[in-house]
Amino acid sequence: MHRFANPARFMRIAALVYPWAVGVTILTLGAGLWLGLVGSPADYQQGESVRIMYIHVPSAWMGLFCYVSMAVCSAMALVWKHPLADLMARATAPVGAAFTFICLVTGALWGKPMWGAWWVWDARLTSMLILLFLYLGYMALADAFDDPQRGQKAAAILALVGVVNVPIIKYSVDWWNTLHQPASVVKMGGPSIDKTMLIPLMLMAVGFHAYWVVVLILRTRSEIAAAKVRTLRMAQVHAAGQAE
Amino acid sequence: MDALSSFFAMGGYGGYVWPSYGLAVVVMVAVLVSSIRSAKARERELDLLQQMRPSRARRRATQETKAS
Repeated sequence: MHRFANPARFMRIAALVYPWAVGVTILTLGAGLWLGLVGSPADYQQGESVRIMYIHVPSAWMGLFCYVSMAVCSAMALVWKHPLADLMARATAPVGAAFTFICLVTGALWGKPMWGAWWVWDARLTSMLILLFLYLGYMALADAFDDPQRGQKAAAILALVGVVNVPIIKYSVDWWNTLHQPASVVKMGGPSIDKTMLIPLMLMAVGFHAYWVVVLILRTRSEIAAAKVRTLRMAQVHAAGQAE
Repeated sequence: MDALSSFFAMGGYGGYVWPSYGLAVVVMVAVLVSSIRSAKARERELDLLQQMRPSRARRRATQETKAS
């Protein structure tokens, strides 16, 4: 029991943050959807298809953000054996996988009308696909052992090795020739992306992060309860063994 | 009505724009619902286990009777 280093503090903070995170998620996603679908203009080159950006780009950011958080938590779990870090890494993985999946599919749906292809095997798309496989591998590995701690350790090592992929994704558009537009287009924030597009994009990004907080709290609570159940069951078996 | 249908047409890109938003909604709601369900189920299981567990005082009492 003591190995689950005081999740009480986490539960306290989570209970405070949770309603705010839910509120921020609803408000920013509501406003972002309205501005993205109705309140923003069509692109002069891409027409209305540019509205896919408000889903695709924040999802890509979340795919990377979740992976980095998962890797940081995994490092903390490996180095300091902080049990809550393990649970939070586990809790983040499905969210990151979901956003990476959304990013890939919306990218295909955007690529077809703009590039004429659902998919091309270029560096940005391929490295993003590898990111999805890293998430899936992490989740499979974490659950692959009877002893959850061994699974956690193996998965944490995989998460850390996979970090190499993050800068590759980020700079893939600069290092290799690609159909994918370079980052200058995404951060054309200053002069060329208009505020009418930048604001819904940022609202969606904030909303996705708040959504991540909501799901992270729920899943970490779930992991904490599962860990306590495991400990109690083990204590029961142990006690039964002693009684005989 | 015309404004609405042109809104859904998305300048001819409706077949690409709406599936993108639809997929995002479906995936995000699915992850959220499954997270809520698993948190509730596991916390309920934990509550049950803790209720079933004899209190600390009683356990100490049984240990003492065993020892004597």
